[in-house]
Amino acid sequence: MIQYSDNEMMALAAGRFIKDGDIVFAGTGVSMLAATAAKRIFAPKAVIFFETGGIDPSLDEIPMAVADLRVMTGTSLNSGLIEAFSIVGHRKLHTVAFLGAAQIDRYGNLNTTCIGDYFKPRTRFSGSGGACDVAAYASGVITFMQHEKRRFVEKLDYLTSVGWYKGGNSRKELGLRRGGALAVVTNLGVLRFHEETKEMYLTEYFPGVTVEKIVESTGFPIDTSMAVEAESPTPGELQILREEVDPQRLICQAILAAPQR
Amino acid sequence: MNRYPEIADRLMGLDEAVSRFVKDGCQLAIGGFTITRNPMAVAYEIVRQRVKDIHLVCHSHGQALDVLIGAGCVRRLEIAYGGNGRYAPTCVRFKKAVQRSEIEFEDYSNYQMSLRFLAGALGMPFLPTKSGLGSDLMNYEGFSPDIRKEAKVASRKYAMMDNPFSEERDEVVLLPALTPDVTILHAQYVGDDGTVRIKGLTFADIEQAKAADTVIITCEDIVPSSFIRMDPDQNSLPPFFVDAIVKAPYGAHPTACYGFYDYDPKHLNLYRKVAEDDALFKGYLDEWVYGVNSWEDYLAKVGMEMILKIKANPVIGYAPGLDRK
Repeated sequence: MIQYSDNEMMALAAGRFIKDGDIVFAGTGVSMLAATAAKRIFAPKAVIFFETGGIDPSLDEIPMAVADLRVMTGTSLNSGLIEAFSIVGHRKLHTVAFLGAAQIDRYGNLNTTCIGDYFKPRTRFSGSGGACDVAAYASGVITFMQHEKRRFVEKLDYLTSVGWYKGGNSRKELGLRRGGALAVVTNLGVLRFHEETKEMYLTEYFPGVTVEKIVESTGFPIDTSMAVEAESPTPGELQILREEVDPQRLICQAILAAPQR
Repeated sequence: MNRYPEIADRLMGLDEAVSRFVKDGCQLAIGGFTITRNPMAVAYEIVRQRVKDIHLVCHSHGQALDVLIGAGCVRRLEIAYGGNGRYAPTCVRFKKAVQRSEIEFEDYSNYQMSLRFLAGALGMPFLPTKSGLGSDLMNYEGFSPDIRKEAKVASRKYAMMDNPFSEERDEVVLLPALTPDVTILHAQYVGDDGTVRIKGLTFADIEQAKAADTVIITCEDIVPSSFIRMDPDQNSLPPFFVDAIVKAPYGAHPTACYGFYDYDPKHLNLYRKVAEDDALFKGYLDEWVYGVNSWEDYLAKVGMEMILKIKANPVIGYAPGLDRK
């Protein structure tokens, strides 16, 4: 039987969403693994870029942060934040962002700011960074989550980054012209959003995971009627992940997905 | 005989740069991003001189932000992100300071903060964006009405406006400009004419510098202007934006500096560990900041073994094969 970590399964499941020609915005951790895997395995003509301004780096080693020197080497262009955001929202480009979050709701809105009261939080997190911005401007967002009830919640403690907002047409009504939550990839499976209601539903459960386990680990009701079992990673995919994408095994072997808190 | 007559009046040591320009209560912007090119030598000197009540304005920052907050230099913070990548997904002393209500803080996003610096650089009172629509960034004001009356604090966090060029409803968020009293940056090179060259990514450093009243630059080296002017496309700031120049090799340690050295994983891991504990953190400051007499002393503590380990391959820009666990 093939052995693989949660991070490897998640990176591959997310990588499959990327198509040739996509411009991929990568964050820290498993999102970095997924973006690199997407380019090396599924969509060689996708371009990875970072909010810090690095565009299409060679990524011979996996970066540990979006400002890592490894996002500045072998690039087509090194620039800065303003330039990077002119790419995220560019009308000619199909941009897909990989994000992580501490909490998510049924419409794919994300919290990376705090748990508890904003002014006196039980736990304070890093904050938006560029997440709120790419959630507003990108063509689509794929979010990595640890699948736990306390993270899949009815109501976010703080709405940092807008997904489908309140569902239906509400995102457009806010004045956001495109984008929205495309998918959520967890350590248990893959979820997408209903075309009209914009509510989250289960599309895939990972091998060894039951639908019941996912329902139990989700703090709001989800439709599971369309769910199928995901395919295991192939030895070839894992080999590329381990030998080319993350040869030092800095993220491949970690158990938790980003963000770790 | 001064080797650099053109910048003689601006060339100084860390102690002078901080004592002359970084005052109690000043609004301060720091260059770099999370674990790269933080102006650490200046940040440590600010701590050493026990500057108080700083109003820190940041996009995504890491080590310098956390040391300044942890040492009690910061009273007020405007921030998009406090993290050290995989080495501290949330900066520990920042997290503790917020949880214990020890600092006044207000959240923005990276693009919002970058636009605020750009507005300051352009001499504009505000700039519009779509970023933030629907987000709690627009629902929670961190600063009280009393704080909003103080100097250098925007009278409102933001304002909303309908696109005046559209027939249909089309809302935008207006963000107030930032004009920090001081911006501190670490660059690879300063020419002996004062021209600044930043290699690798520039983040929002250039906007932060142009928005500020005073700019302090630390650099890896001072190079002849004949070299700097041979390839001016590579340069970042003209000399007249720069008020103080300090030569501080490895001045971003333990964060990285493209082409010169990588981040120091051992130090970042040590820092995260000590930052979790108040007593250990105090011991860290005593050992690495207060107890160090000069930048050379600090680098001696880092040690030649680590200096060589993190030394970047000058062609690749980082240290390939560095143990980064």
